[in-house]
Amino acid sequence: MTGSRRPRPKSPSAPGLLPLLVLLALLPLGACARSEPAAEPAAGEGGPAYGDTLVEASIGDISGLIPNITSDSASHEIGNLIYANLVRTDKELRLEGELAERWEISRDELTITFHLRKGVKWHDGVEVTAEDVDFTYRYMIDPKTPTAYAESFRQIRRAEVVDRHTYRVTYEKPYAPGLLSWGIWILPRHILEGPWKAGVDLRTTPQNRHPVGSGPYRFREWKTGEKVVLEANPDYFEGRPYIKRVVYRIIPDQSTIFLELKARNIDMAGLSPIQYRRQTDYPAFRKAFNRYRYLANAYAYLGFNLLDPRFQDKRVRQAMASAINKPEIIEGVLLGLGRPAVGPYKPGTWWYKEHVKTYPFDPERAKALLAEAGWKDTDGDGLLDKDGQPFRFTIRTNQGNLVRQQTAEIVQRRLRAVGIDVQIHVVEWAAFINTFIRKKNFEAIILGWGLGMDPDQYDIWHSSKTGPDELNHISYKNPKVDALLEAGRRTFDEAKRKAIYGELQDVLAEEQPVVFLYVPDALPVVSARVRGIEPAPAGISYNFTKWYVPANLQRYTR
Amino acid sequence: MLAYLIRRLFISIPLLLGILCLSFLMLKLAPGEPTIIQQDLQARATGAQRETLRQLYGLDQPLHVQFGRWLWRVVRLDFGRSYMPDGRPVLDKITERIPITLGLNLLELLIIFFVAVPLGILSATRQYSAFDKSMTLFVFVGFATPDFWLALLMMILFGVQLGWLPMSGLRSLNFEYLDVWAQAWDVLSHLILPVLVASFGGLAYLSRLMRGSLLEVIRQDYIRTARAKGLPEGEVIYKHAVRNAVIPVVTLLGLMLPGLLGGSVFIETVFAIPGMGQLFVQSAFSRDEPVLMALVVIGASLSLLGNILADVSYGLVDPRIRVSGREAR
Repeated sequence: MTGSRRPRPKSPSAPGLLPLLVLLALLPLGACARSEPAAEPAAGEGGPAYGDTLVEASIGDISGLIPNITSDSASHEIGNLIYANLVRTDKELRLEGELAERWEISRDELTITFHLRKGVKWHDGVEVTAEDVDFTYRYMIDPKTPTAYAESFRQIRRAEVVDRHTYRVTYEKPYAPGLLSWGIWILPRHILEGPWKAGVDLRTTPQNRHPVGSGPYRFREWKTGEKVVLEANPDYFEGRPYIKRVVYRIIPDQSTIFLELKARNIDMAGLSPIQYRRQTDYPAFRKAFNRYRYLANAYAYLGFNLLDPRFQDKRVRQAMASAINKPEIIEGVLLGLGRPAVGPYKPGTWWYKEHVKTYPFDPERAKALLAEAGWKDTDGDGLLDKDGQPFRFTIRTNQGNLVRQQTAEIVQRRLRAVGIDVQIHVVEWAAFINTFIRKKNFEAIILGWGLGMDPDQYDIWHSSKTGPDELNHISYKNPKVDALLEAGRRTFDEAKRKAIYGELQDVLAEEQPVVFLYVPDALPVVSARVRGIEPAPAGISYNFTKWYVPANLQRYTR
Repeated sequence: MLAYLIRRLFISIPLLLGILCLSFLMLKLAPGEPTIIQQDLQARATGAQRETLRQLYGLDQPLHVQFGRWLWRVVRLDFGRSYMPDGRPVLDKITERIPITLGLNLLELLIIFFVAVPLGILSATRQYSAFDKSMTLFVFVGFATPDFWLALLMMILFGVQLGWLPMSGLRSLNFEYLDVWAQAWDVLSHLILPVLVASFGGLAYLSRLMRGSLLEVIRQDYIRTARAKGLPEGEVIYKHAVRNAVIPVVTLLGLMLPGLLGGSVFIETVFAIPGMGQLFVQSAFSRDEPVLMALVVIGASLSLLGNILADVSYGLVDPRIRVSGREAR
């Protein structure tokens, strides 16, 4: 809901990292959430009231309403309102139950037993039971299911329906990220099992266009390319949501969305830094909207192809980190709306380590490190060289992300100052992935990662994940990191995990497998008539069902 | 006439085949394939899953086999299913959008024609007057203005600043609660900006063409004859001159159809109109090949049809051109 939509060239602002991260895109993390002084509730406007419509914009049409088998953020946002999950993260980013009332982890940490709430109903009145959870599990691990979220469910050795409201899963090995993976959308067995068993592709079933869920909003209509309308579910087990209707208008152009926002035809959107700083900072806008600002759930990095011998020397990578002025990038490109990244985690999470080795901007130190690694300007052309080869490489990034392109330009200038010649190549997303990333045919890249709600980053840093279709595309291999990543998965104990991931952050800070650049701010705006928004580390959307518009301010009465 | 039509349709077939072959090749040569978008940056998608998808879509077959299979299905009007996660039949996806795009384009053509022709006549009959000069300026501006810029300016003025017109979509959110007249006005008001912007360039072009054509006709001998007969000026112009001058304009109007269809890609994106152009953009960015190819087939067919209609209408409005098969031999 922060407008982290599919931008025109289909390039997610960060490639999906963990299965749950797109799912949780609805709940942007925020360590230092802050809002501007919101319009004070006027005296006598009354308390929470039911009614009104909230209009949002989506840049792409949704691809389907069984979110388990889609990958676009619009489908996931809408899916989050229609479907309920077993677990979710709360405002402090701790796990809490949704359909699961509570759960137990066995002493050997292999088995999780979920106890479901009783009396929760699907939107068509049928009760939600452990059978539904079991169906969802079996559907997820079916090799024919076109989903990207299957891996964590494949770690399960045995799954059983203990009784109508108890579900038990046993993993091969203790698997801490497994708990969070139950934030998957639970699907209605009574509707889908028949077609699934008959071998029907569930995308072609009515559920994908007219879904029945158990979440706070019921599906009402989907006009292709035009809008999706949801209506409050009066029987939602946590209480009927105040806002009666949610409309997603499909507007495929960024500037049109922004103009509609300015004309107040849209109630909620995410701003870009320039929109935040320069284009919405006038009285009429500030009166009509409340603007929020907190750290987004992502970071950008400059990555190197570590198969290239030049980048295999740790000192060279450390030199790059020292040569780049991160605050300058944040000022120039993000207009100050972000903060320097020092590692692959977001500040404010329980696993984030505050004090790790950092690389303040210091070109002299960069030159010294490069000289130590054998890079010197021997022929006096201003470029460093080694064995007669000048230090020259190309940074590639994807088209359609201006922030990354501008970052590349600043990096280019700073590296030139220490004697490294950098070219920039901007490539369309699909070609970028296929031609360069998958084939490892790159020297350096500027990209971003979205972050999950769990510190497990096995897929990004583990040496076993360097295949063409895997996420460690920089080919980082470090036995110590491998061991830490494995250990972090094998225990549920928060203190132990904190220590393990703390050590991981120390190693990565020392090693600089990538230069961590910045964590951008999320900049959502919501119509000022909406009350009940409480910015928290989780962002603003976590308590969406508690948002309301006072009766006298309601705009859409029908 | 009929024979001519049939022959023209017949000639169109190899042309269409050529277009399809080229488009198919270009699409296949473009880097990245549909499975990338679906799977690549999804965490934990394995190579095996990608291979499953490739087989499912037949992407593991050699190119000529893929083309042959596809062509054979197209002949039977079976465009397959979309690669998007909704997996809907391509034909459904397109047919629900065709009326919107065709309707918009027809509206644009009508507006272009019925505004450009009078403008051209006025410019020609008042050559070098202040009106003609301002029209010349208008034309230069019309040619030089990028659509996307004009669209944004109009939206800012009429949508944000004045708040007179809706900026995007085809209907208001409260559409279903309005009475019939309010609904009609609602749709109409949503159409004003996109149609205006889409017609602007064509208007400039066609009015200039009408002016030039009329000026040429006016200098013909038979016009001098008409004047010499003492016919009133109005009758000379509107009865004799315009009839002949409008012929090339009608032809070119038919040829404008492909251009307008292409313009829909942009117009429908900016104004959030759920038509074929918007679908084309979405499909291109998600490498949804079945939908893309189906749209190319339909676009190419419509363009060829436009050409044929232009030729036929040429014959209809100009008695000098006879299009019977016999005479052509």
